[in-house]
Amino acid sequence: MLWLHLYGNALKGVAEKMIHSLFLINCSGDIFLEKHWKSVVSQSVCDYFFEAQEKAIDVENVPPVIPTPHHYLISIYRDKIFFVSVIQTEVPPLFVIEFLHRVADTFQDYFGECSETAIKDNVVIVYELLEEMLDNGFPLATESNILKELIKPPTILRSVVNSITGSSNVGDTLPTGQLSNIPWRRAGVKYTNNEAYFDVIEEIDAIIDKSGSTVFAEIQGVIDSCIKLSGMPDLSLSFMNPRLLDDVSFHPCIRFKRWESERVLSFIPPDGNFRLISYRVSSQNLVAIPVYVKHLISFKENSSSGRFDVTIGPKQNMGKTVEGVVMTVHMPKAVLNMNLTATQGGYTFDPVTKVLTWDVGKITPQKLPNLKGIVNLQSGAPKPEENPSLNIQFKIQQLAISGLKVNRLDMYGEKYKPFKGVKYITKAGKFQVRT
Amino acid sequence: MTDSKYFTTTKKGEIFELKAELNSDKKEKKKEAVKKVIASMTVGKDVSALFPDVVNCMQTDNLELKKLVYLYLMNYAKSQPDMAIMAVNTFVKDCEDPNPLIRALAVRTMGCIRVDKITEYLCEPLRKCLKDEDPYVRKTAAVCVAKLHDINAQLVEDQGFLDTLKDLISDSNPMVVANAVAALSEIAESHPSSNLLDLNPQSINKLLTALNECTEWGQIFILDCLANYMPKDDREAQSICERVTPRLSHANSAVVLSAVKVLMKFMEMLSKDLDYYGTLLKKLAPPLVTLLSAEPELQYVALRNINLIVQKRPEILKHEMKVFFVKYNDPIYVKLEKLDIMIRLASQANIAQVLAELKEYATEVDVDFVRKAVRAIGRCAIKVEQSAERCVSTLLDLIQTKVNYVVQEAIVVIKDIFRKYPNKYESVIATLCENLDSLDEPEARAAMIWIVGEYAERIDNADELLESFLEGFHDESTQVQLQLLTAIVKLFLKKPTETQELVQQVLSLATQDSDNPDLRDRGYIYWRLLSTDPVAAKEVVLAEKPLISEETDLIEPTLLDELICYIGTLASVYHKPPSAFVEGSRGVVHKSLLPRTGSSESVESPESAPSAGQAAEQPAVIPAQGDLLGDLLNLDLAPPVSGPPLAAPVQMGAVDLLGGGLDSLVGCLAGVWVWLRSDVGGSPAMGAGGGGGFTAPGPAAPAAMGAPLSSGLGDLFDLTGGVGTLSGSYVAPKTVWLPAMKAKGLEISGTFSRQVGSICMDLVLTNKALQVMSDFAIQFNRNSFGLAPAAPLQVHAPLAPNQSVEISLPLNTVGSVMKMDPLNNLQVAVKNNIDVFYFSTLYPLHILFVEDGKMERQMFLATWKDIPNENEAQFQIKDCSLNADAVSSKLQGSNIFTIAKRNVEGQDMLYQSLKLTNGIWVLAELRIQPSNPSFTLSLKCRAPEVSQYIYQAYDAILKN
Repeated sequence: MLWLHLYGNALKGVAEKMIHSLFLINCSGDIFLEKHWKSVVSQSVCDYFFEAQEKAIDVENVPPVIPTPHHYLISIYRDKIFFVSVIQTEVPPLFVIEFLHRVADTFQDYFGECSETAIKDNVVIVYELLEEMLDNGFPLATESNILKELIKPPTILRSVVNSITGSSNVGDTLPTGQLSNIPWRRAGVKYTNNEAYFDVIEEIDAIIDKSGSTVFAEIQGVIDSCIKLSGMPDLSLSFMNPRLLDDVSFHPCIRFKRWESERVLSFIPPDGNFRLISYRVSSQNLVAIPVYVKHLISFKENSSSGRFDVTIGPKQNMGKTVEGVVMTVHMPKAVLNMNLTATQGGYTFDPVTKVLTWDVGKITPQKLPNLKGIVNLQSGAPKPEENPSLNIQFKIQQLAISGLKVNRLDMYGEKYKPFKGVKYITKAGKFQVRT
Repeated sequence: MTDSKYFTTTKKGEIFELKAELNSDKKEKKKEAVKKVIASMTVGKDVSALFPDVVNCMQTDNLELKKLVYLYLMNYAKSQPDMAIMAVNTFVKDCEDPNPLIRALAVRTMGCIRVDKITEYLCEPLRKCLKDEDPYVRKTAAVCVAKLHDINAQLVEDQGFLDTLKDLISDSNPMVVANAVAALSEIAESHPSSNLLDLNPQSINKLLTALNECTEWGQIFILDCLANYMPKDDREAQSICERVTPRLSHANSAVVLSAVKVLMKFMEMLSKDLDYYGTLLKKLAPPLVTLLSAEPELQYVALRNINLIVQKRPEILKHEMKVFFVKYNDPIYVKLEKLDIMIRLASQANIAQVLAELKEYATEVDVDFVRKAVRAIGRCAIKVEQSAERCVSTLLDLIQTKVNYVVQEAIVVIKDIFRKYPNKYESVIATLCENLDSLDEPEARAAMIWIVGEYAERIDNADELLESFLEGFHDESTQVQLQLLTAIVKLFLKKPTETQELVQQVLSLATQDSDNPDLRDRGYIYWRLLSTDPVAAKEVVLAEKPLISEETDLIEPTLLDELICYIGTLASVYHKPPSAFVEGSRGVVHKSLLPRTGSSESVESPESAPSAGQAAEQPAVIPAQGDLLGDLLNLDLAPPVSGPPLAAPVQMGAVDLLGGGLDSLVGCLAGVWVWLRSDVGGSPAMGAGGGGGFTAPGPAAPAAMGAPLSSGLGDLFDLTGGVGTLSGSYVAPKTVWLPAMKAKGLEISGTFSRQVGSICMDLVLTNKALQVMSDFAIQFNRNSFGLAPAAPLQVHAPLAPNQSVEISLPLNTVGSVMKMDPLNNLQVAVKNNIDVFYFSTLYPLHILFVEDGKMERQMFLATWKDIPNENEAQFQIKDCSLNADAVSSKLQGSNIFTIAKRNVEGQDMLYQSLKLTNGIWVLAELRIQPSNPSFTLSLKCRAPEVSQYIYQAYDAILKN
């Protein structure tokens, strides 16, 4: 069966699957790390990426999938770093993008920040991590719980100890999670204070049109958990109004069947911080818009100035205060500078990027914050065609704007009484007001 | 101290220093040195020279050092395999190490060494590791089998590793299962014939169980693997769907999209009447929408896939329009995709919202986005008739802004609106004319000129306007020149008295002063037409134009079905089948959607036929995309079908081309040929609808649906349809159809074949010119049996001089029918970037003999008697020395079936039947005398005019 052998060799190119290589590139275009899981691919492949980057002008606009004559480049942009992966054959791009984000998350988790300095400072760990996360292009271990047992994260204390005792940062035992059917949790967890905290965080994405009516609004919610419980706790979390959650993505630890039948989140949690669920509430009547904006931005024909007058006020907020309000506006290119007066908070205008930022702070209904004044245009420039959108940030403590409420948390499987807590917060996501 | 210290170098050669340190006696120093080596590696420095020194550090019981050495080895094992082999003894030893981490590392690294020699060392350790007590080792070993298979497939098979791998699918540990599936699917993919992942209900069940337990990455592999399975009936499809739907709630978007793929594919098999079908449709919307709240890169991929999904099943997302509204800080690549989907979802119910949004976008900063938004408004007008008026007034508002690129885009789309709703919005022409001077882009200029020419009778100063363009005629692009020529001829035909001079001027500019052949040819045709018969000229040039279709740039249905099978892959991002762009795609099997198997519809119901008929009845719709429109506008006067263009009488040519149907619009349109162009250039494939030349994608036509050629497709057809035998019918050798001399260097030779129920035109295109040829397209004139291309002409790369390319173009028989003389005459037009060429060829009739042409005995007798004797024709087949059995089997290969054989007085009599694609039965009696090389063939048929051609087919088959 010689032909079979030959056939296999002829298809070598096809068999090289998944992620071939990874390049990390900073904003000034330096490749500061490369990792090859297969044969070495020359750095010159990144030239195609640089070309696309140049064309895109803005870093955010670089297309995530770039074809080159022999490879595909799939990239993400995170924390001012491009993670550029080299692909040689058909592969699900989402798979690659998800994996790259997971790599960035892992760096963040290990080094406290995902930055060029942090990566360079820990290059050996980074290399070990990358080797551990991917084998022959297949993701191997991406759960932070498991990775941390295989490769210990650097801490200041540990590196001091290591240098004194000569011990290493490589785990010499196997991660226990790998053996069990709950790969996300390590065994033998022990705490003196057992605690379980849940943060219900909701972000409102909205587009408000000129007249103040809502064009589009939805809530992106997540429940982030910090669970430090000894042993193998089995938790169930129930809600007062689970019907709100009809579009949910779950952490793998959640038992889907229980949710389907009883609308209860039942799970053995990973140890430490993790995202339990994320959900989306899109039904318009459930999405309350907590602020309104009155605005008047106009440019006069043939005179190099314009008016700017914006007031922000609270709407329905269920008795809670809207705070941390910041407004940012990308003013048209023709704007030279702005002379404004704020009744509250301070404003800055960057004449290079044309970004106006107004840090409002807390809104008190009695005295609505207002920012008003004159816009100066470049002389002779035509009246700007486009009207800038106002980007609003805010947050409201102790409120989940969708009305979602945790009912109770029960723990099985362990004897001790944990300390439990739930915190709610509502924030603005992509919240924009058109003018 | 951080690792950045490893980057500092001393003046003395770095490699030299490292070498010294690696050979140091101190363990700490060695470790530091290896770390430095690895740091150099991470920035792309070549430290392979240190290989022996690093390998020397391997014999250590320090786990960290060992791991670091392995990191180094893995990086260089591929590029320096011969050196790596030096370390092989250590690997083998480490495979026995008590620490499972070491065992796994060793077997993993060995797998990376890509030389045949390694295999003899690797087999035993690998076998042990596959059965290791530790799941971490087992899952590493599973991947290693895939690596080894890549080096030596035969060995892996001989050693039984594949079976062990299959056993691992039932492993107790889900991570092991996931990796086993990943490894198996990788092997299977590179080895399509191996039938490795032999998917049957039992193994599917195993996979579905593993799906619930394994890691997210494993789930992706399993789902992708499931998507290749073909459930035996709708019930099985439903039960798989039910078990896959929970994956839609996974946090990993790749898992979600893979699950969507499985569901979209298996849904094909479910009957729409099923309650579950509706439930499933509802379940698909939320996860797709959720993908849009992820990071922008994920959004982009999701949007490209949603674009396919809304074309296939618009009902899923029809209520979710708002999530596609563009946010001003979305990256541009997300914005453009969202816009595209908004238009696809636009309907009467939501058009007001959509328009308001589009108007908003048209005032944004980004030029590309603004242009696309303006274009989108035009597309809305064409798609949703009720909104046309509002769209037009929105466009007029935008024109008033006087922003140059907005005005130009608006004019281009208004031209399309005119073509969709003639005599409705011409009142805006005045406003358009005001902006004449600001148009500097060819497309906008051409559009404006078209408008002026088309409505010349309503524009008082049309002659002045066109004259003003004429001044700089030679500086214009071809597009504008051609348009100007046609517009002035139109103007002349409408207002002959005052424009005689103008038309002469343009004709002489086009014919005498231009070196563009298209322009010259068109100029000559007009000239002749006008001088020979102005009345005919009027009828031709001012003929009513076909309306343009509602949906533009839809993906062609067969391609769409294939792409649905590739949801979540690169193919889905590029909207091209993987065969079009993946290197070495020989391993890629064409996929097609599964047929419905519900009880209500049987697989063989000829659904394609009625829908093709419908298309032919409403031919007043053609796609409106860019060049195509240009082509069709030009078509009012293209050269005649055969012979040198100018030699034939002009009216005849025009009449021929338009199917003799100038008197009736429908007739005219049925004659309109639609270019099936290769979509490789990135231009969107055209939707169906023109003259019924496309396959209607009924579930009954899987063969015609699939992409061209590929024997894989044949297999698939065999599985799904269950009709047809694998043996192909007789194929004549290729002959030259179009000599290079007659076609500006393009030589075409070809032949016809029939395989497993599908007809193919096998072509060889040879470029004998000195310039590169591209943009190939093909079309057939109407013919006796309705032969038409079933797919675009796929020429994947431009054809370089002296290069030739072999293409197998699948044909179907649902095109328009017109009796030709001779009956089997086929007129073909082939287009490339240089010109359009015409030739005609005769096809052997046996390519039309269908697989189910065997008549029942009784039926045969009855029919034979029933057909009047004057329909019988007798022929002699000379010089054939075959015996009766050989004849019978040879003919059967070409779908001529022997029903009975009799021996009468030493003569063999064969009674045979065959059926043509259009349902005509032909009955035959073949008399063979043992001593006489001449056979007598008697044919009986209700349509006796085919007999002669049947005889020719017999003759050809038997003599080859």
